[in-house]
Amino acid sequence: MKEYQTITEISGPLVFAEVDEPIGYDEIVEIETPQGETKRGQVLESSEGLVAIQVFEGTTGIDRNASVRFLGETLKMPVTEDLLGRVLDGSGQPIDGGPEIVPDERRDIVGAAINPYSREYPEEFIQTGVSAIDGMNTLVRGQKLPIFSASGLPHNNLALQIARQATVPEDEDSGEESEFAVVFGAMGITQEEANEFMEDFERTGALERSVVFTNLADDPAVERTVTPRLALTTAEYLAFDKDYHVLVILTDMTNYCEALREIGAAREEVPGRRGYPGYMYTDLAQLYERAGRIEGREGSVTQIPILTMPGDDDTHPIPDLTGYITEGQIYIDRDLNSQGIRPPINPLPSLSRLMDDGIGEGLTREDHADVSDQMYAAYAEGEDLRDLVNIVGREALSERDNKYLDFAERFEAEFVNQGFDTDRSIEDTLDIGWDLLSMLPKSELNRIDEELIEDYYEEDAESVEAEA
Amino acid sequence: MSQATQDSVREDGVIASVSGPVVTARGLDARMNDVVYVGDEGLMGEVIEIEGDITTIQVYEETSGVGPGEPVESTGEPLTVDLGPGMMDAIYDGVQRPLDVLEEKMNSAFLDRGVDAPGIDLEKKWEFEPTVSVGDEVATGDVVGTVPETVTIEHKVMVPPDFEGGEVVAIEEGEFSVTETVAELDNGEEITMHQEWPVRQARPAAEKKTPREPLVSGQRILDGLFPIAKGGTAAIPGPFGSGKTVTQHQLAKWADADIVVYVGCGERGNEMTEVIEDFPELDDPKTGNPLMARTCLIANTSNMPVAARESCIYTGITIAEYYRDMGYDVALMADSTSRWAEAMREISSRLEEMPGEEGYPAYLAARLSEFYERAGYFTTVNGEEGSVSVIGAVSPPGGDFSEPVTQNTLRIVKTFWALDADLAERRHFPAINWNESYSLYQEQLDPWFVENVEDDWAEERQWAVDVLDEENELQEIVQLVGKDALPEDQQLTLEIARYLREAYLQQNAFHPTDTYCSPEKTYGILTAIHAFNDEAFKALEAGVPVEEIQAIEAAPRLNRIGVQEDWEAYIEDLKAEITEQLRELY
Repeated sequence: MKEYQTITEISGPLVFAEVDEPIGYDEIVEIETPQGETKRGQVLESSEGLVAIQVFEGTTGIDRNASVRFLGETLKMPVTEDLLGRVLDGSGQPIDGGPEIVPDERRDIVGAAINPYSREYPEEFIQTGVSAIDGMNTLVRGQKLPIFSASGLPHNNLALQIARQATVPEDEDSGEESEFAVVFGAMGITQEEANEFMEDFERTGALERSVVFTNLADDPAVERTVTPRLALTTAEYLAFDKDYHVLVILTDMTNYCEALREIGAAREEVPGRRGYPGYMYTDLAQLYERAGRIEGREGSVTQIPILTMPGDDDTHPIPDLTGYITEGQIYIDRDLNSQGIRPPINPLPSLSRLMDDGIGEGLTREDHADVSDQMYAAYAEGEDLRDLVNIVGREALSERDNKYLDFAERFEAEFVNQGFDTDRSIEDTLDIGWDLLSMLPKSELNRIDEELIEDYYEEDAESVEAEA
Repeated sequence: MSQATQDSVREDGVIASVSGPVVTARGLDARMNDVVYVGDEGLMGEVIEIEGDITTIQVYEETSGVGPGEPVESTGEPLTVDLGPGMMDAIYDGVQRPLDVLEEKMNSAFLDRGVDAPGIDLEKKWEFEPTVSVGDEVATGDVVGTVPETVTIEHKVMVPPDFEGGEVVAIEEGEFSVTETVAELDNGEEITMHQEWPVRQARPAAEKKTPREPLVSGQRILDGLFPIAKGGTAAIPGPFGSGKTVTQHQLAKWADADIVVYVGCGERGNEMTEVIEDFPELDDPKTGNPLMARTCLIANTSNMPVAARESCIYTGITIAEYYRDMGYDVALMADSTSRWAEAMREISSRLEEMPGEEGYPAYLAARLSEFYERAGYFTTVNGEEGSVSVIGAVSPPGGDFSEPVTQNTLRIVKTFWALDADLAERRHFPAINWNESYSLYQEQLDPWFVENVEDDWAEERQWAVDVLDEENELQEIVQLVGKDALPEDQQLTLEIARYLREAYLQQNAFHPTDTYCSPEKTYGILTAIHAFNDEAFKALEAGVPVEEIQAIEAAPRLNRIGVQEDWEAYIEDLKAEITEQLRELY
């Protein structure tokens, strides 16, 4: 391995060095500063005689005398089942004081695309125990369903609740529920947030079945571009080689995208929207698309990326591009949060694209799809009427309209608001749904099959309501 | 992708630099858009710029680990597709490599690189039946024989466009592979079942005609209000979650085209899997055979290499044109053209080209119009009639239709189905906004509907449009003063409009019956609502309060017509009941 002391330019996270041998694109580089500190980086551009290197740990301390070593291989993640229970830093080094990790294998972190032909369509219901998700935006194994949140909202609590409660109701013979292995990738979150996660993992014993990667807010930003790839490489290994059902939580994707922008700017690339690089869609897709199921393999990778929308704006490039890649999204809502609704999930803009195939008879319950549809329509109608009430008052509205207003209120207070510690089965969720729908006259339930109405509609609910 | 012939190999070069999917080579002798093999692993790429000794190449595969000094081999041929029997029921990546063959060759569920495979099976034997005999004169494009490609599709073997044609001197029935000669002409030309065609070049046709037949989609709002013609173009723009992909899938499933080419361009892997799993199980409403038997899938998901995403649209339309030449009506769905445009942008910015609007290259509009112009209703070279209809999904950032891809698309296409996030949020599906959408084919297609469905098709449609327009205006007032402040007749109009929205415009894609609605049923539902409207207004004039009219028991059953198998009887009953219940009130 040759060493070079040929650095010609240092700019932000980038170092340019002259070389006299061909260097592969994406290859790993070690840079040793005159102080003896070693930093790692990756080749961003390779041409004859000159390479551009992106340094993960920041370029502080590097000068033109620093020596550059090319390792002749692309970035790899050492993977083994023993990673479960371990805490690693953002570049994959253990930080929990535990024993050294002896890898079974070292895997390229870029990760090849799954052949669409080899995929298996995800349709196994995951019970998160959260009504607003299970009932209205069902998650299935192998799905990628991000949480769209914003600063100051309790998205971490929701992520933890899902990580804690998520199970897949297994077939009735074995009566067992299978738990998930959790791979947690933190990018640029604060120490406090990280502690919150770690404490919860330890308290609930979830750490034993988790692998934690933490890149903190004061860790180098460039490292953030690597962290999710390490996490996903580990997840793929556990899922497709070791038959685990893996839940990957990535937080916060906004910090990841900021890091991409930083590198793009340092390379003087032509920027796309709001200064983010034009290839951000492709880059994000290479992360999100690593969720899924593969035909003939037991395990699965389910992703819940969390992102904070700058200015609560979902047309911002980060949530926008994410929404185009992921299979739906869960919105955390500021208004609901300030009303004390926990978890403050707003079901109206939320969506799970894979829901339709994961629910129904034999999977959840025969009435699931219809109940969910009807509640959407009814809540949307109630929401619309709220604007009107502000102007004309309740008295000016018809009886029908008033029912919808009541429905919207009870929907939030009873269906959505369950607290971060309540674990509801899907039956409970749907029964609460029928409780609420039975406030409306039968003729309004135009999205529910007539036979299901006969079976589930609670006849006296309406009159009870009227007396009360 | 076609196995490039080796005899035309030109001088090879070496890699000078690598930056993501863009590689430059020195000393390479190649023409623009020639296919080259890059590096020790032979990654497939295409020449996109030549400057002095430096040739710039976009590589269709991941370039990690590739470095300067590695060889670049020229094939001397542009990017072509293999055309011949075997394309139906196939699933390809963006450069026509069959994904099932790749899985087998790579022996992995993950896509490795440096593996090539021909687009059609070169070994497989097909049953060839001649349609001409020795002594017949055949010209370019003429059919010389047929092959049963799938249960649905009879593949026609044609004289390739670059042949001159002449007298048939030998032709035989029997089993042949696609590379074996099935017919010989007197000028020495040998016809096989295999053609190659460069993807960036449109296949020739005799004449482009005005389309006069609808592409019936089985979707009420499309057929009823905003129809597209066979050979027409349509755009479906919408923010995420508004149902672009479901709409595209519905069209791919139920449109009455002979052939469907579905291009998943930069979209989700699971969506393509859904198509692969669903289509073989679904029956074509026209023939009763599995849908897959008339479908060709091109899947270049968002995490597959970006350069192949740029080419997948062309691969798709070239395959579509080939079947058009046989006289088939082909529908091409491209989901999504925005990803294609973004791939262009990404490559363009790596080339450091001067950006146009929002970073897109200045040639964006030209590329889009070039692509959509390849659609149309044609007289083919051999005098048959065939069509290519193109339906492109557009994914505007933030749902903002003023962005360059949507705007440039709208300048070309004649049908616009605007998806609306508000409608999607209240689960009104398909979430096509009836106020913003339009179809410029309406008048051209009305004669067909009059002849094939009902005489007053256009009048009924106009009635529905008028009611919906009026609702739109009234809603503004309702927002201010509430519904009860409106005069009774306007309240009733709102009620009618509600049924139009719920029973007519909404359609459940996941309900086994409602998912496909014939034009007759579409018309039937509309007339049922119209009949309710007429009777209701009569009752109102007779002094019945609007609340009582709204409360009749039969009316909500209008919403159930869609899910009825035996809808004709159901509508008759319902009309009678509505009339009876309303007349009882006065």
